Amino acid sequence: MRRILFLAQAEVLHIVRDRILVAQILVVPIVQLLILSNAATFQIRNTSIHVVDLDRTSTSRGLAGHLAASGHFQIVGTAPSLDAANEGLLDGTVTMVVVIPHDFEASLVRTGVAPVELSVNGEKGSAAGIVQAYASRVLADYAGELTARLRPNVITAKASTPIPLRGVPRIDVRVRGRYNPTLNYQHYMVPGILVALVTMIGTLLSAQNIAREKELGTLEQLNVTPITRGEFITAKLLPFWVLGLLELSLGLIVGKLVFDIPMVGSLPLLYGAAALYLAVALGIGLWISTLVETQQQAMFVTFFIVIVYLLMSGLFTPIDSMAPWVQAVSQINPVRHFVTISRAILMKGAGPAAIVEPLSILAISAVVILTLAVRQYRKRVV
Amino acid sequence: MSDVTIEVKDLTRRFGDFIAVDRISFEVKAGEVFGFLGANGAGKTTAIRMLIGLLEPSGGTARIAGHDIYTESEAIKQSIGYMSQRFSLYEDLTPRENIRLYGGIYGLTRKQIRERSDRVLARLGLAGVADDAVRRLPLGWRQKLAFSVALIHEPHIVFLDEPTSGVDPITRRQFWELIYEAASAGTTVLVSTHYMDEAEYCDRISIMVSGRIAAIGAPADLKRQFGVNSIDELFVRLARPQSETSA
Amino acid sequence: MSALKGLLQKEAFHILRDRRTLIVLIALPVVQVVLFGFAIRTDIDGVRLAVVDSAPDYATMALRNRFASAGVFRTVSVVARTADLEPLFQNGQAQQAIVFKPGFAADLARGELAQILIVTDATEPNTGSLLQAYAQAVIDGYQRELSASATSSVARASRIVIAPDVRVRFNPTRASSNLFVPGLMAFVLTIVSSMMTAISLTREKETGTMEAMLVSPLRPLEIIVGKVAPYLVIGFVSAFAIIVEARLVFRVPLRGSLLLLLFEAALFILVSLSLGILVSARTSSQRLAMMAALLGTMLPNVLLSGFIFPVESMPWLLRILSNIVPGRWFVVIARGIMLKGVGLAYVWQETLVLAVMAAVLLAASVHSFKERLE
Repeated sequence: MRRILFLAQAEVLHIVRDRILVAQILVVPIVQLLILSNAATFQIRNTSIHVVDLDRTSTSRGLAGHLAASGHFQIVGTAPSLDAANEGLLDGTVTMVVVIPHDFEASLVRTGVAPVELSVNGEKGSAAGIVQAYASRVLADYAGELTARLRPNVITAKASTPIPLRGVPRIDVRVRGRYNPTLNYQHYMVPGILVALVTMIGTLLSAQNIAREKELGTLEQLNVTPITRGEFITAKLLPFWVLGLLELSLGLIVGKLVFDIPMVGSLPLLYGAAALYLAVALGIGLWISTLVETQQQAMFVTFFIVIVYLLMSGLFTPIDSMAPWVQAVSQINPVRHFVTISRAILMKGAGPAAIVEPLSILAISAVVILTLAVRQYRKRVV
Repeated sequence: MSDVTIEVKDLTRRFGDFIAVDRISFEVKAGEVFGFLGANGAGKTTAIRMLIGLLEPSGGTARIAGHDIYTESEAIKQSIGYMSQRFSLYEDLTPRENIRLYGGIYGLTRKQIRERSDRVLARLGLAGVADDAVRRLPLGWRQKLAFSVALIHEPHIVFLDEPTSGVDPITRRQFWELIYEAASAGTTVLVSTHYMDEAEYCDRISIMVSGRIAAIGAPADLKRQFGVNSIDELFVRLARPQSETSA
Repeated sequence: MSALKGLLQKEAFHILRDRRTLIVLIALPVVQVVLFGFAIRTDIDGVRLAVVDSAPDYATMALRNRFASAGVFRTVSVVARTADLEPLFQNGQAQQAIVFKPGFAADLARGELAQILIVTDATEPNTGSLLQAYAQAVIDGYQRELSASATSSVARASRIVIAPDVRVRFNPTRASSNLFVPGLMAFVLTIVSSMMTAISLTREKETGTMEAMLVSPLRPLEIIVGKVAPYLVIGFVSAFAIIVEARLVFRVPLRGSLLLLLFEAALFILVSLSLGILVSARTSSQRLAMMAALLGTMLPNVLLSGFIFPVESMPWLLRILSNIVPGRWFVVIARGIMLKGVGLAYVWQETLVLAVMAAVLLAASVHSFKERLE
C-alpha cells in the first residue's frame, strides 16, 4: 500500500515536469473542443440554391421570398431555365434546385394542393438530406401562411381564433420538442465531444506513459523490485484517472462559458459515470501498453482504436441510424455508453434510473478490461 | 547452514534456435565479490536477467538467497539490488527523489530513507546535485546514483551489470572502493564487466564465451592454471578457438 | 539508377516477406469500410413511438394504426398518462410520442378542436425536426381523409399543402450510404497511409537503415521514391478493394471512369505517404513531436474533410482551414466521379491541389534529407 503512494508521488512529479504532457492535457483538448464543436454540425447556413419559377405569380414569388428569408438559403440563380439550373448541380455550385411549376397558384386555388420540385445535389453528402428537410419546412410554413390567409376555417398556428364549425372534424396539432429548445447543434455535440477528449486523455496518455517506461528501460528497474503488478498498475493509472476527471471539469467549464451548454441533470452523477468510464478507458490504454514496445507504437495503436470507437459511438451520427448488426456490436463500445449517459444527464436531466443500463455495461466492462490488462502485464518475460 | 547465496546449475536460455546461455553452473558465497566476465554478447546480461527474475530460464536451476528462481522469484526481489547496464532511473527526477522512490518501494521508513540518502549522497559526492534533475548529470554521476539505489535497502546480494562502462578511471576506482565496502559488510556482489583488468579486483571470476562458462576460479589460480600473466591473455586464449572456427 | 532499383527490390522483398502486415494493410481498410459504411448513416427508420391514449376510441385507434402502418414508426409503448412519458424519453426508449386528449373522437364529431400533442426528442435538432415533420404528415393525411368524407363545402377545412417532390440527383436510392461511402473511402485511405508510414518508420528504426541509406550513393530523391513506391502500390491495391466493396456491398454507383477514380486515389495516397515521409526525414527528436501533432489532429482532420459534416455548415475559419486537409479535396473528387459521373474537366482544380500538395511535401522531404546529410 505504501508502495503505491511512493510510486504515485513519483508519477505526479513526472507529469508536472513534462511540458509536452501538460500541453497535451490542457491545451490540445480545449483546441480540439473548439474546433470539433464548430465543425460537427449539420446546420445549414447560406446554402446555394437556384429557383426556377415557371409560374411567375404573386404566390410563387412569395414562396421564393420565403426561401430567401429563411436564413438557410442563398438564392444564387433565378434564371427560369432548367438547363442552367442543372449545370449548377453538375458543376457543384448549387446544392438545390427549386422548380415551381407553371400552374402553381392555379392548383392551390383549385384543389389546395400543389407540388414543388426540389432537386437536391446528392454529391453534397449529408448536406443533401438536410437541405431537403429545411426546404420542406419552409414549404410547409408557407403553406400554413397561405392556409391562414385563404382558409380561415382551418386551424393553423397562424390562425387567431378558431371558428367553430358544426360537424367538421378538425385536428389541432400541437408540437413540443423536448430537451433542445433552441435547436442548438452545439448543445448536442459538446457533451459528446467531451467524452471524446476524456477518452483520449485516459487511453492515450496511459498507453504512452507505460510504453515510454518500456522504451527507456525504467520499467525494468521497477520490475526487479518487490512491487506487485497490482500496486504498479494502480500507482500508474491513478494519476491519469484524476487527470481525466480534471479534463472533464475543464471541458465542462469551457462548454458552459463558450457554448452555454445545458446542465440539466445531476453533475455528481455525471462525475460518477465519468469515473467508471475512465476506468475502462485506462484499462484499454494499459492493455495497449502491454502490446507495444515504443511510445510511437502506443500512439498509433491508440489513435486507431479510439477513432474506430468514436465513429461507432453515436457521437457524430445517430446510433438509431446504424445497421442493426452494427448497433449490436456497438453495445461493447464503452464510448457509446458514456456518450449516451452524458447527453442524457446534461440535456435530458436523466437520473440514475434512466441510465442504469449503459452504466451497468460500463461497470462490467471496467472489471473485464482491467482484469485482462493486469493479467497480460508480466514482470517476467517468458 | 551454508553461506552460499547464489547457486546456479545448468542454467540455460534459448531464443528460438539461438542458445544465449548454455548450461552454466557456479556458486557464490556471502560477502564474495564475484566477477562475471566475458565479451559483449557472451550472454552475461541474459544470465543476470534470469537470476533477478526478469527473464524465465529455458532450463536448469538456480537459487538466490535460498529461494528458487522459478517459483519464488518475487521473494528474491526483496533481498537483491540491481544496477542495469543501461541507465534505468528517472531522468526527470532528482537523485534524492529517485532514492526516495526506491527506498519507499523496498519498505524503508521515511526516517531511514532520509538518513540513508543523506549518507549515500555525501559518500558519493552527489550532495551538491542532490536536487538537480538527473538529466543534467554526467554519465559517471548517474552510474553512481544507480549504484546507490541498488544498495539503498542493504540487500544480501547485489547484481551489477557493467557498472563501470564508459566512466573515467577515477570514478572506476571509486566504484570498486564502494564494491569492497559493500562486500566487507557482508553483501554478495556479482559484477559483470568486459574489462578484463577488473578481474584482478574480484575474489573469484568466471569467463563466459558464447554462452558457456569457459573458466571459473580465483584470478591468481586461473592465471597459474592456464600459464598466463593476465586475465586478458586468458580471455583471448579462451575466445580464440571460437574465432578460428568461425573464420 | 541501379542503386534505386536495388532499393526498390529490397523494400519489396521486406514487405512481401512480412505476410501478416501485408494482409492487415489490405484487409483492414476493407473491414473498416464495411464497419463504418453501416455505422455512419443518417437514415431515419423504425422511429420508436410512444402513445398516450387514456381513453381509446375509434379515432385514436385509426390514427394509431396509421402511425403503425406508415412504415417509419414503430409503436413501442402505450401509456395512460403523459407523466409516464418522461422516463421513456430519458432512457431513450421513446424518440417521439403522440398524446391524445381524452374524448378525441367525440371532439371530432362535435366540430370541437380535437387535440393531439406531438412530443419529440429534439436533442439532435435535425432528427427532431424530421420526426416532427413525419408525424405531422401522418396526421395531415388523416385530417384530409376526414375532410374528404365531410361535405364538399367544408373540404376547405383542410390545410393547403405544398407538396415537395424531392429528387435527389446523383443518389437515386436515397440511401445515406451513397452520401457517406465515397467520403469514407478518403478517410480509410488516410488511415491506411498512416499505418504504412508507421510501419516503415518502425522497420527502419529497428534495422537502422536510414543512416546507411543516407551515406549510400543514393540521392535523397531516390531514397524517397524507394520508400514511397512499394507502399503506393499496396495503397493502390487497397483503394481498388475499397471501390469494389463500395459497389458490391453498398451499391454505390460508379458513373464516371474507374480509371480516373483509381488515378485520383493513387494521387491522394501519394499525398498522405509524402506527409509520412516528411516526418521520417526529420531527426528522431523532432519526429515524436511531429507525430504527436499529426495524430492529435487526426480527429479534426476527419471532420474537416467534409466526409460526415458538410464543409458548408462550418464557420468560415474552419472552412478556410479545411482547404489544407487533403481529404477534403479527394472527397469532392470521389463523390463527383462516383455519383455524378463527371470527368477530369470538372475535377481538374481539385486534382491540381492534390498534385501540388504532393509536390510540396516531397520537396520538403528532399530538403530535410539533404540537411541531414550535411
